[in-house]
Amino acid sequence: MPSLENEYISGLQRAYESGEFVVTAEIGPPMSSNASHVEKSADVLRGVVHAANVTDNQTSIVRMSSLAASYIGLTRGVETILQMTCRDRNRIAIQSDLLGAYALGLRNLLCLSGDHQSLGNHPQSKNVFDLDSIQLIKAVADMKNHSIFINGKKGKNMPKFFIGTTTNPFADPRELQIIRLKKKIEAGAQFVQTQAIYDVDSFESWMSEVRSLGLHNEVYIQAGILVNKSLRSMEMTKKVSGMSIPDELIERMRNSENQEEEGITIALEIIDRLRKIEGLSGIHIMAVGWEKIVPTIIERAGLMPTFDSNHSD
Amino acid sequence: MIVAEQKPIEEIVQSIKPYKKLLIAACGTCVTVCMTGGEKEAIELCTLLELVSELEGIQIRVKTIERQCDREFFVDFEEDIEWADAVLSMGCGVGVQFFAELYPGKHIVPALNTKFFGVTRDVGYWTEFCQGCGECLLEKTGGVCPVARCSKSLFNGPCGGSSDGRCEINPDIECAWQIIYDRLKAQNRLDLLLETLPPRDWSSSRDGGPRSLRKSSVYLEVD
Repeated sequence: MPSLENEYISGLQRAYESGEFVVTAEIGPPMSSNASHVEKSADVLRGVVHAANVTDNQTSIVRMSSLAASYIGLTRGVETILQMTCRDRNRIAIQSDLLGAYALGLRNLLCLSGDHQSLGNHPQSKNVFDLDSIQLIKAVADMKNHSIFINGKKGKNMPKFFIGTTTNPFADPRELQIIRLKKKIEAGAQFVQTQAIYDVDSFESWMSEVRSLGLHNEVYIQAGILVNKSLRSMEMTKKVSGMSIPDELIERMRNSENQEEEGITIALEIIDRLRKIEGLSGIHIMAVGWEKIVPTIIERAGLMPTFDSNHSD
Repeated sequence: MIVAEQKPIEEIVQSIKPYKKLLIAACGTCVTVCMTGGEKEAIELCTLLELVSELEGIQIRVKTIERQCDREFFVDFEEDIEWADAVLSMGCGVGVQFFAELYPGKHIVPALNTKFFGVTRDVGYWTEFCQGCGECLLEKTGGVCPVARCSKSLFNGPCGGSSDGRCEINPDIECAWQIIYDRLKAQNRLDLLLETLPPRDWSSSRDGGPRSLRKSSVYLEVD
């Protein structure tokens, strides 16, 4: 646990700044109040990743709060990245949670719009979106850089989060998505995680556009990797909106006698190609429903970090 | 216009079955245009209700009050309203409430579910364009409202969930930001989207409580 009085820079930020190839993964909070579930997920990732995203009611399904699970992960020795969506909280709740999260020692924040509630298990719920993700990034940056709340009033001991966000290299229209990425950087985003990459050619072309605009010098870019355990898992992934999977990979899975191994091999091949792309600062591994494979992937990719997982100064 | 649809007939029957004399009040404005609560639909509903066994013996009159949101249009119907045990209003939510306010002793039953402010897209097909949020943004977004037409009311471009110009929540819904982008690009005005719009002041919307509007110049004219 870091000393709460001290302002410390997160281990994730230090890793980026020191030029390490950053590796993060995910902790998916349970659909229960069971803390040991989070502890077990954290134990798998401790010493293996620089930090772990803790999802915020992902796909609009009610789970343990990201804030609580991020704290549990932290106490278990894994630096966490608090995900915060604009779907469920107005600006009062968002700022309140930011104050609380920082007080608990959380230092990394990932700002998202959030999946629409109609996709989840409470489609009857009210739609908040008081802020959008860019306005959220700006609000967090204003807290950090100007010690002000969204209403412009000065605050004391304001949180100084390392600010992240997401981008989708495959979403339409690309020109507008790039404009949005620029706006997120201007608003104060320091690192950005991409949608899962399967189509590396297409991602390379996106990165080349990003480089031509110099954006890779303004924000750390982390490519998303999704590890599929089976053909079915890959087919389900393909159905997710904004996801692009080449048919060739689906065919490889279909024809494989050992789909688990094929899934790992595909992920490793993608990681290998991604690491050669100029301007990429790290990868973010998502192994939805197969979290225990993450250390294997990182090990086999030769990306085991050499850092000391105790991130307090 | 205000777009509405008729409530399920069972729900209407449950509300009106205690009564013997029913006035069905059509409305001549928006709900006539969206073919839900006009005179034609009122006559159809009357015919249908007369066939319902639970309502046997009910007497029904059908009248069209040209605008149920305006006091002066009620004057000609005093006798019908007096006659009726209850009124089945085919006005929108505004019409039903205003009717009930004008005749507080009378049970005014809503016949419709009021849906949204929208346009006729095709025969019998309407889509939402406006939420009446109180501070119009259309000048900055190519004449397409992200508050009403983006599922997440995003102000600074699309989420990552749209594909082929369709919204992540339903492929029948167009992505508002795709339309905004296409329109501004065609007009060579994409630079408008470089500006980051700040958090919206929602107090001008319903979030500031029920709204009212006074136009002072009108009072001057009356004086």
